[in-house]
Amino acid sequence: MARVVVIGAGIMGLATAYNLAKRGVRDVLVVDRTYLCGGASGRNGGGVRAQFSSETNIRLMRESIAICRDFATEMKINVWFRQGGYLFLARSAERARALEENVALQNRCGLPTRMVDAAEMRKIVPELATEGVRAASFNPGDGVVFPWPFVWGYARAAEDLGVTIRPFTEVVGFETSNGRITGVRLRPTRLSPLDASDEVLPAGDATTEACDEVVICAGAWSPKVAALLGVALPNKPHRHEICATEPLKPWLGPLVADLTDGLYFSQSMRGEIVGGVAVDPVPEGINQQSSRRFLTTYSRALVGAVPVLAGVRVLRQWAGCYDLTPDGGPIVGRVADPSNLTLACGFMGHGFMMAPVMGRLLAEHVDTGVTSELFARWSLDRFARGDLVHENMIIG
Amino acid sequence: MTAKAMLCRCEDVTLDEVMEALEAGHQDIESVKRYTGFGTGWCQGKQCVVACARVLAKATGKAPQLPITPRPPLHPVALGVLASLGDVEEG
Repeated sequence: MARVVVIGAGIMGLATAYNLAKRGVRDVLVVDRTYLCGGASGRNGGGVRAQFSSETNIRLMRESIAICRDFATEMKINVWFRQGGYLFLARSAERARALEENVALQNRCGLPTRMVDAAEMRKIVPELATEGVRAASFNPGDGVVFPWPFVWGYARAAEDLGVTIRPFTEVVGFETSNGRITGVRLRPTRLSPLDASDEVLPAGDATTEACDEVVICAGAWSPKVAALLGVALPNKPHRHEICATEPLKPWLGPLVADLTDGLYFSQSMRGEIVGGVAVDPVPEGINQQSSRRFLTTYSRALVGAVPVLAGVRVLRQWAGCYDLTPDGGPIVGRVADPSNLTLACGFMGHGFMMAPVMGRLLAEHVDTGVTSELFARWSLDRFARGDLVHENMIIG
Repeated sequence: MTAKAMLCRCEDVTLDEVMEALEAGHQDIESVKRYTGFGTGWCQGKQCVVACARVLAKATGKAPQLPITPRPPLHPVALGVLASLGDVEEG
C-alpha cells in the first residue's frame, strides 16, 4: 500500500517524491519504465535560466536557480552547476523588440538581464560571428548543470527519507472505484535488444499496488499513461536531438541561444561543447533515434555562429523528447476525474530546470489538496475553458 | 583483475569504480555507463563495453546485458566536415 504513487522517475517525479517525504508523507513509491536518466531528464542540455517572457516563468525560475545554487550542499552531490549566463541572439528587428520587452519585464522581476550590442557580445564570446545579429539579451545568473547527478541527487536524498524507487517498472493499468484510483497495475520490464523504437519488454507478471494518490510526471509518456485512466491530454511528444564534441579547455562562458533557428550551445564542465538545433519535421510520436540530418543542420548553424569550431570533432549525438502542449504552458495539478490524480507534464523542454521549484509546489499540492492560483492557471481544464497561457522564449 | 584495473581508458574508469556503481544500486549497463562515465569518451565504448558487461554479469550473476545504445558518429567527425555534407532525409 502506497500513500502516493509517482509515475516517472525523472527529475520532476523525484523532486516531487523528495519534497513529499520532506513534508513527512510516508510510503511514497516512484516507478519508471526504464532506468534513472532514461528519459528527457537524462537527455537534456542542462540549461537553467530565468530569461522567459512570462512573469510566472521568470519568478519560478529565479527560485529554481536559487535551489540549484544550494543543491550540492543540500544533496551532498556535485552537479557541476556553473553560472555563465545565457546569451539570447536576435536576428530580426521583431525579435530584438521581443527581447527588449522581455528584458524590461525581467528587470521588473528583479533580474539583472540586459540588452547587449555586438561589441559587448564579442566581449562575452570573442569567437562569436556577430554579423546579422541585431541584438542580444544577457542574464549572467543563468547557467548549466550536469543533468545526471542532479537526478541521482534527488533519488538518493528521497531514498534516505524513506521513498521507494522502482526502475524497470511499467504502469499497465489502474483500478478505480467511485471516481477514485484505488490501485496501480505495475509490471517489471527490461530493455529490448538493440531496439531504438523505445519499446520495453515485459519481464514478469503485473501486480497491483494499492494507493491513495497518483501523480503522473512521465514527460512525453504522460498522455499514454493518462489514457489508461480515460484522461485525454493534448500533449505531443517532439523529438529533440543534441550532441557533444571532444572536450576543450574552458573558453565559452554563457549558453548561447538563437531563437531563429533554435541553435543553442554551451560548454560543459567536462569541456565538451553540448548543443542542439531545431530540425523540422521530426518523426511522429515518441522517438529517441539519432539522425544524420540533425548533425548536418547543427554543424552548419554552429560553425556559422562560431567559425573557429570547424575543426572540433563531434564525439556523440543522442535524442530525447520534449513534451509539448498546444499553448506552450505546462499541465499541472489535480483533475476532476479521477479526483485523486495529479498531473505534472507538458513542460515544453523546460521540465528539468523547473523541477527544483515545481517539486516543492507539487508536494504541497498533493499533500494538502490546496490549489494555488498558479495551479489553477496551469490546470488541464484551461483548454476546455479556452483560457490559455503564453510564453515565447522556447528554444527549438 | 586488480581493483585499479582500467576498464575505460578514454574516461579513466577503473574496476573498483564500476563495483562502486553496482553497490550504489546502478545494476544495469546503461545506468553504470551514466554513473561512471564509461563509454562516453573518444571511442564511445568500442574498447570498454565488453569488459564492463563482463564485470556486470559476474557481479550480478545475471546473463551478460545488451551493449549500451551506440551513439553516432562511428568515429569523431569535425563540425566543419559535417557542415559541408549534403542534406539527407531520415529513413
